[in-house]
Amino acid sequence: MHTLISLTAPALAPTVTPVMTTAWDGAQAALWLVALPLLSAAVLLLLGRRADRWGHWLGVLASAGAFVVGLVLLIGLLGRPAAERVQDVDLGTWLDAGALSIDAGLRVDPLSLTFVLLVTFVGTLIHVYSVAYMEHDAARRRFFAYLNLFVAAMLLLVLADSYVLLFVGWEGVGLASYLLIGFWNHHTPYAVAAKKAFVANRIGDVGLLVAMGLMFATFGNLDFASVDAGVAGASEGTLTAIGLALLLAACGKSAQFPLQSWLGDAMAGPTPVSALIHAATMVTAGVYLIIRSGVIFAAAPTAQLVVAIVGAITLLFGAIVGCAKDDIKKALAASTMSQIGYMVLAAGLGPIGYAFAIFHLVTHGFFKAGMFLGAGSVMHGMDDQVDMRRFGGLGRYMKITYFTFMAGWLAILGIPPFAGFFSKDKIIEAAFVPVDGQPWRAWVFGAVALVGAGVTAFYMSRLFFMTFEGQKRWSRTRDGGEQHPHESPALMTWPMIVLAVGSVGLGWVLSSVGFVEWLEPSVGHAEHADPVLAVPLIIGLTLLAVGLGLVLAWRRYAVSTVPVTPPVGTVLTRAARVDLYQDAVNDALLVEPGQYLTRSLVYGDKAVVDGAVTGLGRTTVGLGDLVRRVQNGYARSYAAVMVVGVVVLAFVVLAARG
Amino acid sequence: MSLTHYLVLAAILFAIGATTVLLRRNAIIVFMGVELMLNSTNLLLVTFSRMHGNLSGQVLAFFVMVVAAAEVVVGLAIIVTIFRTRRSASVDDVNLLKS
Repeated sequence: MHTLISLTAPALAPTVTPVMTTAWDGAQAALWLVALPLLSAAVLLLLGRRADRWGHWLGVLASAGAFVVGLVLLIGLLGRPAAERVQDVDLGTWLDAGALSIDAGLRVDPLSLTFVLLVTFVGTLIHVYSVAYMEHDAARRRFFAYLNLFVAAMLLLVLADSYVLLFVGWEGVGLASYLLIGFWNHHTPYAVAAKKAFVANRIGDVGLLVAMGLMFATFGNLDFASVDAGVAGASEGTLTAIGLALLLAACGKSAQFPLQSWLGDAMAGPTPVSALIHAATMVTAGVYLIIRSGVIFAAAPTAQLVVAIVGAITLLFGAIVGCAKDDIKKALAASTMSQIGYMVLAAGLGPIGYAFAIFHLVTHGFFKAGMFLGAGSVMHGMDDQVDMRRFGGLGRYMKITYFTFMAGWLAILGIPPFAGFFSKDKIIEAAFVPVDGQPWRAWVFGAVALVGAGVTAFYMSRLFFMTFEGQKRWSRTRDGGEQHPHESPALMTWPMIVLAVGSVGLGWVLSSVGFVEWLEPSVGHAEHADPVLAVPLIIGLTLLAVGLGLVLAWRRYAVSTVPVTPPVGTVLTRAARVDLYQDAVNDALLVEPGQYLTRSLVYGDKAVVDGAVTGLGRTTVGLGDLVRRVQNGYARSYAAVMVVGVVVLAFVVLAARG
Repeated sequence: MSLTHYLVLAAILFAIGATTVLLRRNAIIVFMGVELMLNSTNLLLVTFSRMHGNLSGQVLAFFVMVVAAAEVVVGLAIIVTIFRTRRSASVDDVNLLKS
């Protein structure tokens, strides 16, 4: 009831954040962004089989409705001056316990709205695609309920105006991803993959919890406004600790080194889920968290440097792994890891990189979703085959998939004028800018980003050529017949076409309408700074690296014959095939010691705790057994005991009296 | 006849009675052992009564006799009942309370 009342009240605290001056009642509509998909998920789950016939369309409708609400908010915000574009919506008191009083609220600002539009637009397209992709799955309604839950959780995550409410969305995303990755959980490896994703995310969540604890101890409250206001008075050590804990959280959610191992296995979910996780929801949450906490990182340069280092490591890590994967979805997953690495690297560069990180996130959302949907379309036409060594020459059979995938491929390569060029190139340029007058950072990060671009070009071209070009290397279908690759139905191709249009033109459109300036109220203004190399030179070098990777891949995978069985390969190839031994390291360092610990704890519990309890019982029983022997039922033995007792007593009494 | 003689005699009687109770199986003999023990204490009561010139010891001895008589009546009745049902007067056969 309280929530409803405060909804109608003008709800803003203009004194807290200087940006907010007047309340805008239209921002209240943001509540519907979360409510629509959430309600739809609830309806789909509660109605059960009764909703089987129309449930998927309700899911599409909820997601599309959220997009429309997002559009309305966008128009509303654009109609206001830049200084009034950060709007907080109060939803009333949520937790009230002594010193801890937390208000639930939503923040509508350019940053959250950018995410909202990306999540709902790409999410809706993926919903539409799933209608056809999951047509033959008996549990399609449940699938759409989870998709809606995923979207609702992600929207709550980006709209929350405090870390606590953000955490609710954060956990909701984790739950939904678990449900979706393990959607076909009757197949044990898939269920294990879902569990792995869940556990890896829990480790990140601990980071977020620790960060929230530190923030509450330092700032006394957990909403963004209080944190932003309190940063100036906090010590750098505390802020560094908070920053590192936040980074741990981001690493878990965004699959950054060293918590990236779950992302490859997460391919166990149906392909639209992979598209959703990689493009719009889930992995972008970590980038969002880092940028939303930009004020903290700005005051903690060490933590910020660590963010950039983690991004740089992951960028190369994902790129190297991507070069060796033969599973089309796993290669795309490695590419996501690498691209998110670019975004984290940009986020670690400070305000100069924030806007570009978001820019790349948006364009990446489009082309990666497009490519995942394309991969799903290929699998659809090739009887769920995922091994790229068994594809080849598919471009002639699946024209729409071919051209839409090509748009995504050129976009991720960063070929002008495709979307990736505008965003990735900016990140590489920003990486070459010296921070705090330290040129070594510019050279290291710039070189890593540059090399990463070349390796990206190689493995993405490898993926494209192995799938769509070259000779046919098709295997038999599962029931032994010939492969008949065919184009997917219109419900699947149309979302791909829309995403391909985005992959082609979004970069140019966004940079010409001033996307970076639009984000300024949220992420702050960055002073222009000169990179250590001239900008045209950086662009030239990047294109050169990309061209090199492209030509190399063309010669090896399009012109020459691709062996059907993977060759042994070099040491690096073999290492990359198993994710650079990340799983082995995790197993050796964490999983096995953990299992050993639990086993010894179980043993200790059985031996010591249970042993004490059962030992006490057994001793009592044993003593009882002994005493029972005395009660033999013979009156004469009782009498004898009595006589002996009396004689002994008599002696004792006499002896005592002396 | 000094006091010691009476005490020794009473002790001997008591010991014989106790031994009888502990060693014999026949319930009637056990009963006789009990009576013997009672009477040895009676002897002690009377002896000390004489020694101190105080009659209360003798009175107490009468009480003991009366109670013993009552006890014998009840006890014998029980033994007879047991004998009727079990065709035995052995104390060791009557161990039903054991389990």
